[in-house]
Amino acid sequence: MLSRTAAQLYWMSRYLERAENLVRMLDVTHSLSLLPQSRGAATELAACLAVTGTLQAYQARHDRLSAEQLFRFVGVDLENPASVLSCIRQARENAHAVRGQITSEMWEAINTSWLEARELPRRSVVEPSAFFDWVKERSHLFRGATYGTLQRNDAYNFIRLGSFIERADNTARLLDVKSQLIAPAVDTLAPVDAPAESAPDFYAWNALLRSLSAFEAYHAAYRDSLNGRRVTELLVLRPDVPRSLRACCDEIRAILPQIESREGDLDAGRKVKQLAGELALRLEYGAVDEILDTGLHPWLTGFLEDSARLGLAIQRAYFEAH
Amino acid sequence: MHALTLPPAGHYDEMLLQTGAIRPSYQAFSDWLQAQTPEALAKKRSEAALLFHKVGITFAVYGDEAGAERLIPFDTVPRIVPAEEWQMLEKGLRQRVTALNRFLWDIYHDHEIVKAGLIPAEQIFANAQYQPAMQGLDLPLGVYAHITGVDLIRHADGGYYVLEDNLRVPSGVSYMLENRKMMMRLFPELFARYPVAPVAHYPALLLNTLRQASPADNPTVVLLTPGPFNSAYFEHAFLAQQMGVELVEGQDLFVKDGFVFMRTTVGPKRVDVIYRRIDDAFLDPLAFRADSMLGVPGLLSVYKQGHVVLANAIGTGVADDKSIYPYVPEMIRFYLGEEPILYNVPTWQCRKAQDLDHVLSNMADLVVKEVHGAGGYGMLVGPAASSAEVADFKERVKANPANYIAQPTLCLSSCPTFVERGIAPRHIDLRPFVLSGRDVNMVAGGLTRVALKAGSLVVNSSQGGGTKDTWILES
Repeated sequence: MLSRTAAQLYWMSRYLERAENLVRMLDVTHSLSLLPQSRGAATELAACLAVTGTLQAYQARHDRLSAEQLFRFVGVDLENPASVLSCIRQARENAHAVRGQITSEMWEAINTSWLEARELPRRSVVEPSAFFDWVKERSHLFRGATYGTLQRNDAYNFIRLGSFIERADNTARLLDVKSQLIAPAVDTLAPVDAPAESAPDFYAWNALLRSLSAFEAYHAAYRDSLNGRRVTELLVLRPDVPRSLRACCDEIRAILPQIESREGDLDAGRKVKQLAGELALRLEYGAVDEILDTGLHPWLTGFLEDSARLGLAIQRAYFEAH
Repeated sequence: MHALTLPPAGHYDEMLLQTGAIRPSYQAFSDWLQAQTPEALAKKRSEAALLFHKVGITFAVYGDEAGAERLIPFDTVPRIVPAEEWQMLEKGLRQRVTALNRFLWDIYHDHEIVKAGLIPAEQIFANAQYQPAMQGLDLPLGVYAHITGVDLIRHADGGYYVLEDNLRVPSGVSYMLENRKMMMRLFPELFARYPVAPVAHYPALLLNTLRQASPADNPTVVLLTPGPFNSAYFEHAFLAQQMGVELVEGQDLFVKDGFVFMRTTVGPKRVDVIYRRIDDAFLDPLAFRADSMLGVPGLLSVYKQGHVVLANAIGTGVADDKSIYPYVPEMIRFYLGEEPILYNVPTWQCRKAQDLDHVLSNMADLVVKEVHGAGGYGMLVGPAASSAEVADFKERVKANPANYIAQPTLCLSSCPTFVERGIAPRHIDLRPFVLSGRDVNMVAGGLTRVALKAGSLVVNSSQGGGTKDTWILES
């Protein structure tokens, strides 16, 4: 497959996954901001900008943080290149360039998403919850069309690779930021292990799980009250929770050998497979106590660095042949 | 009952005789048509538009950030060409394209036709489309124009005339293929009534032609596009997919150790044939336009070593230039020793004083065109122009006579076409696609373009033209 084509498929998929994850994050921020005793609403909102690295861009355009302006900025502002709509636009542009490599169902799904999306900024009112549901639905539709119609070839492999790299990154960031807000002392020891007794903590963990569609999984797995230790274990180490770091890394590790390659030393993807293997094994044989001993924030920071290194290796191996 | 109207007197209608009777080739279609209700036909037309949108057969994405691509209007009345007419056309096309390839070989080698005094040297060597870099280069099979689109019209006398040859990057073949698919889908019953020659094997023929063009064993063919923002991108993607070859952009290719490679996920892969859909000037920023972002640096040097084939070759534009067009009949006689089968439209070359006088005094009756113009721009249709427009154009011609040619206003034949109210005659042309490899090949078909405005003679899609399916009948 042409390197450019592979890169465009991969980025199409990453941008769409990013749009979905951004919406999941906005959703949790939104529901927390509705709580009466929401602990420092401003911190909550700022965290949202911190995750996307757009705090400065926001400050350049707005002088104060409000839930509504934040929603516009991160959600439907096309001048913010990191907004949900900008991600959908980028995904659609990449899809347009590789139209011959995806099925018409996939193209129609993504093109329609964009055609509907570009109308939103012109509307005076965009209802947040309806917007969140819409983005998730469009994302599910595209994923379903891909799963149901695309030939199992390298196009399929690069699309899936993009999804899981992006998703692992997003889950890690969301967990990092939210856990710091909920229990600033989480890096030390005890607090995450204690039941979330205070109402704000309970609602915060609850919202985080819901935003990652992992609320039901939590209860099925633990049948117990919410606490940070278990939430961490669920979102980092459980292989059966589709947005957990472990699940994403297992997928990545399984996809890589399916990509067409040469043998042995000539395999351009050798380094990628090595990194992905290391990452997956670290999670497979990891334990939550070790993570908490290291401190969740430092541990997640390390994970994000490793996954960025993996992303770079993918870039070098497959997209930059020369 | 659908009322069919004749075009103004003096025009040839493809379906109707001057008496209003149906021509034999259209009789079965007409019987079928009269049995359809206008509502049923209108439904089919909107179905066609919807399907074209869905498949994404669109045109002109220039300046579009929104994805609202435009459809070329498709008309559901086919253009039917009787078998014996096509047999003549096919022979004539074969002859003409063969002569044009011989001409290109000649002007980049020994210049026999110039030495024989048939074409003035400055017409060739001072032509902006002439590429000195091609002088003396031997191309495999001696083929320059692997793909040629020849624009034909039928005049009031019932004869076909060549309006122009397209030897650079002729486009439109995807519409020929998609229009046929659409007609078969909408009106399968018509194909039971007519022995319509199939066209669907065109991509296979094209791939064969491209592979033959390379001396390599099992050559790797790619299609080079300027990218998604080019107006013909749909066609590029379509043909690449149909042929099963990679659709590449300039950035996907690079030159190393005297060969061209493409960047793939398993490393560099050698490329032997480039079916390029970008103009000469953009091919290689080192050799031509330095600001080109579309090409491949160093491509020309690889080409000159014979390590890659370009289809079409560099420098073919000199043969389809409007200033060279009047000499094509002479080329056929000179290179092939045959009489031309297809007529040329009589052409006045304004660079000649005598012709210029004639053009200036008769401009209101003539079609005046820029020598290098294309796409229906920079031309004057005398009878349709106001006297102010004619006067203005006269000044332009006087200022630079060599830049213009003029032809009599041809009555392009008309074909019944669906318009806002019912069916009305509209002018059409025909572009068959001729492939030159070891032999000259073509599918029996072509792109029929139709001028949708009443009375208009401009069929270009950029100027409000539409298309029709073209049915070549088998005998």
